[in-house]
Amino acid sequence: MGKISNEELLSKINSKFGEQVTTTGEPFGLLTIETGKEQIISLLSFLKTDAALQFIFLTALTGIHYPDQEKQIGVVYHLHSLVNNVRIRIKVFMHDTDVHIPTATVLWDGANWMERETYDFFGVVFDGHPDLRRILNVDDMTVFPMRKEFPLEDPNRVDKKDYFFGR
Amino acid sequence: MSDIQIVDAPPGVEGSGFFATSLDKAIGLARSHSLWPLPFATSCCGIEFMATMGSHYDLSRFGAERLSFSPRQADLLMVMGTISKKMGPVLRQVYLQMAEPRWVMAVGACASSGGIFDTYSVLQGIDEIIPVDVYVPGCPPRPEAIIDGFMGIQKLVQTESLRRRNEPEYQKLLASYGIQ
Amino acid sequence: MQNHPVFFDNDPQSELSTLNLGPTHPATHGVFQNVLQMDGERIVSGVSTIGYIHRAFEKIAEHRPFYQITPLTDRLNYCSSPINNMGWHMTVEKLAGIQMPKRVDYMRVIVMELARITDHIVCNAILGVDTGALTGFTYMMQWREHVYEIYEEICGSRLTTNIGRIGGFERNFNSIAFAKIRKFVKDYPKVLNEFERLFNRNRIFVDRTRGVAPVTAEAALSYSWTGPILRATGVDYDVRAMEPYSSYEDFDFEVPVGDNGDVYSRFLVRNEEMKQSLRIIEQALNKIDKEPADIFHADVPEFFLPPKEEVYNNMEALIYHFKIVMGEVPVLPTELYHAVEGANGELGFYMVTDGGRSPYRLHFRRPSFINYQMYAPMSQGMLLSDAIINMSSLNVIAGELDA
Repeated sequence: MGKISNEELLSKINSKFGEQVTTTGEPFGLLTIETGKEQIISLLSFLKTDAALQFIFLTALTGIHYPDQEKQIGVVYHLHSLVNNVRIRIKVFMHDTDVHIPTATVLWDGANWMERETYDFFGVVFDGHPDLRRILNVDDMTVFPMRKEFPLEDPNRVDKKDYFFGR
Repeated sequence: MSDIQIVDAPPGVEGSGFFATSLDKAIGLARSHSLWPLPFATSCCGIEFMATMGSHYDLSRFGAERLSFSPRQADLLMVMGTISKKMGPVLRQVYLQMAEPRWVMAVGACASSGGIFDTYSVLQGIDEIIPVDVYVPGCPPRPEAIIDGFMGIQKLVQTESLRRRNEPEYQKLLASYGIQ
Repeated sequence: MQNHPVFFDNDPQSELSTLNLGPTHPATHGVFQNVLQMDGERIVSGVSTIGYIHRAFEKIAEHRPFYQITPLTDRLNYCSSPINNMGWHMTVEKLAGIQMPKRVDYMRVIVMELARITDHIVCNAILGVDTGALTGFTYMMQWREHVYEIYEEICGSRLTTNIGRIGGFERNFNSIAFAKIRKFVKDYPKVLNEFERLFNRNRIFVDRTRGVAPVTAEAALSYSWTGPILRATGVDYDVRAMEPYSSYEDFDFEVPVGDNGDVYSRFLVRNEEMKQSLRIIEQALNKIDKEPADIFHADVPEFFLPPKEEVYNNMEALIYHFKIVMGEVPVLPTELYHAVEGANGELGFYMVTDGGRSPYRLHFRRPSFINYQMYAPMSQGMLLSDAIINMSSLNVIAGELDA
């Protein structure tokens, strides 16, 4: 697979960060770790700048919403080390009332639009982002549509008769 | 005789050196075979439109050779693809910039009724904001279906009376969309 | 959070003017908007606005069973929809732990490489159109029709194909399909050569595209670029080579790499990728001949819909059909990420399942979206005509941009 195994990767991360980083598992061979929003930038920059690890590629940055958990809104980062051909997934969970997290645009320019998309869908505020505004939805939308309580269909439709849809 | 097909002349009185018919039939004949479409292509149906304009299906046989991307110079607005609520005002603006007589063709399921995207962000059919003349169903419709819709527009153009755009019925239709 | 930046044109003494490029584009690139501040012909700065075709795919996917998400993935990058379909099916197969027979893998490879060829045809031909050369486009679109005929033999539809099932294909490729594929592989290199003779050393084309919008590899990696445009800057990252899926490790192909990332390099990289795709398809045809000819799906009755004759006659098939359609097939509550090499770059599927019949969260890592964010910073200081060429060489497909 890669030149670095997941155990080596995990031991390097744990030796630097200790208890601030918890491991949630290795689903399908992809090491998944969880951390807090205070440590996320130092963890990401350690992974990016370390000479052996070299996770220089930010593959994806997205959000997730678990309304039943205590910390409901999560931000998920996928990093890829091209030299070692290994990926890693980092999750940060936040409470619904304090959805702030430092921005990753200080490390990767590509995080700009990815964070705007996460803000647009989940309402996650990235502190320090140069231009945090909605990107895909209409600009004057007040709600965050990917959250679980938001309905898929437009509730203001008048022409969809329930009779034809079996309701 | 050559085997090139020519359009049938409209019914009229013929004599040596003259041909008399009613004006709207003659104008309808000329207009329908030289429509200038505005391809308002947003998504997948736009690629099928590109295939229709290509040499295999060749929409320009029907007179639609000159595509216009400026609404001021176009007759036919072909809306191909999903129109989202963010795009709705843009589409309406483009429609308003067209000069009479103008026709609108909704190509594809998304333009006709929202298609498979019954979501908060997609306009469920462009006839919520502009009046539509021909709907072409399909996802995406085959080029033959797009040509069939185009021929439907041609039929509408041929049989339209010259006074239609000034009649109160048409004004009422536009008023129902909020267009003066 | 700032408000939307607006350029004020009110000052008559100011030398800068505002130009609105989009969202209704000529040349059917797609619906996205750039508001540019211009100093004559030169762009001073620009702001991109997207979302004009946002169809909320990720929200829809949370309400649909797995096999109903395939038509959604079709409409991501609609110029090469088989690649999206196959990528999604492979994601679900990875989730369910399904092992694919080799013949199915090779059939998938053929379909994916044909889709890659069609996408590059559109991109390079439209790049020619944007420089004014309409001939290339007219001739190359005809060859897209030939690939559409192949798709029609395989799955029945032309553009948004919905090809395949979770576990394989819905029917075997018949002899007509194989004959058409072989004919395409035989006839297309000549056409590609003609296209290259028209463009590669054409003085006008080279002057228009060489040296336009060069990108360094560091900048491209920082903006998370993938695909042919990243390879044109010199980084040889191709998901097919690094993390082979669908038996790509059995094939012998090269990953073309450019030098300075300008528009000319991107054009040449795409042409070369088309040639490599033809090579892969030939090898796949040879490999398929050596496999037993009646395998077209894996033996997974829990996911693969049984044929209708069996459903009407056989009890187990009826039960499986019912369970699949009603979505009572159990899956693990877990999360996974699977990436395929789309025509524009790494198309990734991040799925979180909760054991139910729809995914809990499905995120598409869309290459056009991530590639396009560099466009506004890149176009600072460029001439407007160069910025247009730059945009068409990025191959931004609006469906994938907004999802």
